[in-house]
Amino acid sequence: MPTKQTAKKKSEKPKKNKSAPKEMITVLIMGKAYKVPADATIMGAIEYAGYQIKRGAGCREGFCGACATAYRLPHDYKIYTGLACTTLVQDGMWLAQLPAIPAEKPTYDINKLEPDVTAFQKIYPEIFRCVACNTCSKACPQDLEVMDYIQAAMRGNIEMVMDLSFDCLSCGMCAIRCPAEITQFNVGILAKRLYGKYLSKESKQLKKRIKEVIERKFDREFKQLMKMTKDELKKKYYERDME
Amino acid sequence: MYPEYMRPSLKKVAQTRKQRFELAKTDKPVFPPMSAEEREEVLSKFHPDYKPDSKRKIKIGVNKGNIFTTEVAEMLESRSRIKPDIFDLSKPDLETDILIIGGGGAGCAAALIAAEKGSKSIISTKLRLGDANSMMSQGGMQAAVSALDSPTLHFLDAMGGGHFDNKPELVRALTENGPDVVKWLEELGMVWDKNEDGSLVVRHGGGTSRKRMHSSRDYTGAIIMRTLMDEVRNHPEKIDVQEFMPTIELILDKSGKCAGGILYNLETEEYFVVKAKATIITTGGYGRLHIRGFDTTNHYGATGDGLVIAYRAGAKLLYMDSVQYHPTGAAFPEQIGGFLITEAIRGAGGQPLNKFGELFVFPREPRDVESSAFIRECEERGNGIETPSGRLGVWLDSPLIEMLHGEGYLDKQFPAMHRQFIRYGIDIATEPMLVFPSLHYQNGGIEINAKCETNIPGLYVAGEATGGVHGRNRLMGNSVLDYNVYGRLSGKYATNYAKSVKLGALSLQHIQTYEDELKKANIKTKLITPILLPSYTPEDVRKRQLTAQYEGTLR
Ligand SMILES: Cc1cc2nc3c(=O)[nH]c(=O)nc-3n(C[C@H](O)[C@H](O)[C@H](O)COP(=O)(O)OP(=O)(O)OC[C@H]3O[C@@H](n4cnc5c(N)ncnc54)[C@H](O)[C@@H]3O)c2cc1C
Ligand code: FES
Repeated sequence: MPTKQTAKKKSEKPKKNKSAPKEMITVLIMGKAYKVPADATIMGAIEYAGYQIKRGAGCREGFCGACATAYRLPHDYKIYTGLACTTLVQDGMWLAQLPAIPAEKPTYDINKLEPDVTAFQKIYPEIFRCVACNTCSKACPQDLEVMDYIQAAMRGNIEMVMDLSFDCLSCGMCAIRCPAEITQFNVGILAKRLYGKYLSKESKQLKKRIKEVIERKFDREFKQLMKMTKDELKKKYYERDME
Repeated sequence: MYPEYMRPSLKKVAQTRKQRFELAKTDKPVFPPMSAEEREEVLSKFHPDYKPDSKRKIKIGVNKGNIFTTEVAEMLESRSRIKPDIFDLSKPDLETDILIIGGGGAGCAAALIAAEKGSKSIISTKLRLGDANSMMSQGGMQAAVSALDSPTLHFLDAMGGGHFDNKPELVRALTENGPDVVKWLEELGMVWDKNEDGSLVVRHGGGTSRKRMHSSRDYTGAIIMRTLMDEVRNHPEKIDVQEFMPTIELILDKSGKCAGGILYNLETEEYFVVKAKATIITTGGYGRLHIRGFDTTNHYGATGDGLVIAYRAGAKLLYMDSVQYHPTGAAFPEQIGGFLITEAIRGAGGQPLNKFGELFVFPREPRDVESSAFIRECEERGNGIETPSGRLGVWLDSPLIEMLHGEGYLDKQFPAMHRQFIRYGIDIATEPMLVFPSLHYQNGGIEINAKCETNIPGLYVAGEATGGVHGRNRLMGNSVLDYNVYGRLSGKYATNYAKSVKLGALSLQHIQTYEDELKKANIKTKLITPILLPSYTPEDVRKRQLTAQYEGTLR
């Protein structure tokens, strides 16, 4: 019953078709060879080959970490990692997407944690098994200093963990490569939450504004605005001053 | 790296920069903002929504006769994935208080509030939790916090941005709840950008009269979304997260109350009956419909499913004739075509320029106006820059931002943007970006009131799937606020309702009724919806996929 739908990418945009033949290269998708455009992203290549992706694509712009991919290149012993949505293919690339990363996410009550090393001791005690091998940092497609933030977590330096893990997409490549079986990205999330909640300085103006709203300070003005006709509103809008 | 032939134009951009920098420092607008008449003119001539074939009447359903975006009308005049009589509705596979359809920002916020108020919920979501537009917002969230600002000024900006078509009571709730959302998120552990003294960093966005854009570097959505998801996962006893399990139809009861949905396991291809006392649709937008062939900034699952299932069940839609194109989608390199370049770049002083390195529009007009001005500059005036693949674009001068705010500012404040381009050998601290409008946001949607109620009892909607909050044009930063404000309100009101509602026997009769209407209107269509996922399979491959619709062992 399920039928494939098409969201055709017909383009009526100002786009002239220059029909220079596309340069093609060969990639090995899960070991099977396909010819794909040389300038494709890994995700584009997988789709070009004819796959309908279910797992392995989310935002398609480098924010969600759904598209973690491991690959090797010809005559090179190294394992590389990349985000399929933003990494370009190379000739002879042998690639596989990771459909999901097994990762533990313990439950906790953020209100009952202290913003120091004890939080990590309680929730993610395995971080203390870190052997400082730096494999996690090498595996990070965002080029983050993952090991440094795990080390910072071991010292209870929450601000540093927050800062170094800020751009983490939870793609999980670090966790899957870690010999100490740490789920680094979840440690980063915990640190950010602890920082935001406990360590970031309070805004007095925010408190004041919320109090004003509760005390219905803006009620009268709102009522006036809501009574206005479109034209009256328009006039007020175009006359408003700019900061 | 930019191709050689673009060098002369890039040189002009560099040459005019000093002068534009002096101008930017004066605090006067760097280009005269348009009057109401000028706005109207550029919109009517160049906005894609104004093209004659961009809209048509919808032939069936509650909104029959209303003007809809053509692609949306086509999507709605379609057939269900299921035959209703196959399902034994008397034996639901799962039961819960609240079925939440969509695990993005609105869905997670709704689930958290529902849990807090004592309801159990199931989140049915198409991909992974958080694979959503909410994960992608970069620029930030509006909230009237600063001393110079007020919720009423925020109200006025939002109404003006939406061309005064917004439902005022929705805008009031949106703007009045803003400051509280900032605090709520911070208490959950959201990291807001702050100054030394703890005050919140605020910037301008398109159409704002006060600086009220709150951010978290340029990973604002990602940080909010991961905070919400982490908290959702802290409550497994209250919130049951079902990933790769989209809802493909709603279920009503005999008296027409919403009573849950049919869920579909994308991987095993099984269908499940889920009975719920209340249902909240939080399925987000429709960017992946690629309206008028535009690239989109949206995530993979943004296919307008919520509109389809709600419409088939009889929910009213509002403003489905208006589409938001974001002015600054990437136009080069090809691989990131359509990717979003956050409006905060212009908020921080980035300027759009033509091929001569000249300003041609105030950088912070509302989005539809700004987009139309870009299209005019490229199409009518011929002042765009052409890419090797034949796209057109205008420059967005980012190095100016470094001059205004100091060296290293872009890398620190816009790490995602910086990373996006440096992969292709373009350093946005020293070279501008090439941009063109990209399909970004579903302005209209399912009509709600300030309690997120629809015309169907028991059906609530929140976030991008709704219509009315933003009129016919949303301002930047108001939808992150929207999904938080209304996600929370929907969780609250759905819980209240679920506590007392008594459901009758379940029914899928509305699906048959809709099918009959299609027939009566003489609509012949092969389209089966919800679309769930777009397909980017090349035509020649598709032709060889002979058994793609065959119902044997190997489809
Ligand atoms: C690139 C980008 C940048 C943006 N930047 C900003 C910004 O700076 N400021 C701002 O205010 N706004 C911004 N926006 C808009 C804003 O992020 C979205 O409008 C908002 O996040 C929508 O939230 P939502 O919860 O309604 O929908 P989403 O977050 O999109 O969530 C919808 C969820 O529903 C799921 N779903 C879809 N169909 C089904 C189905 N049939 N069954 C079950 N689940 C389903 C989806 O998979 C997804 O998980 C941006 C949007 C994009 C795309
Ligand atoms: S698909 Fe989201 S990071 Fe690649």
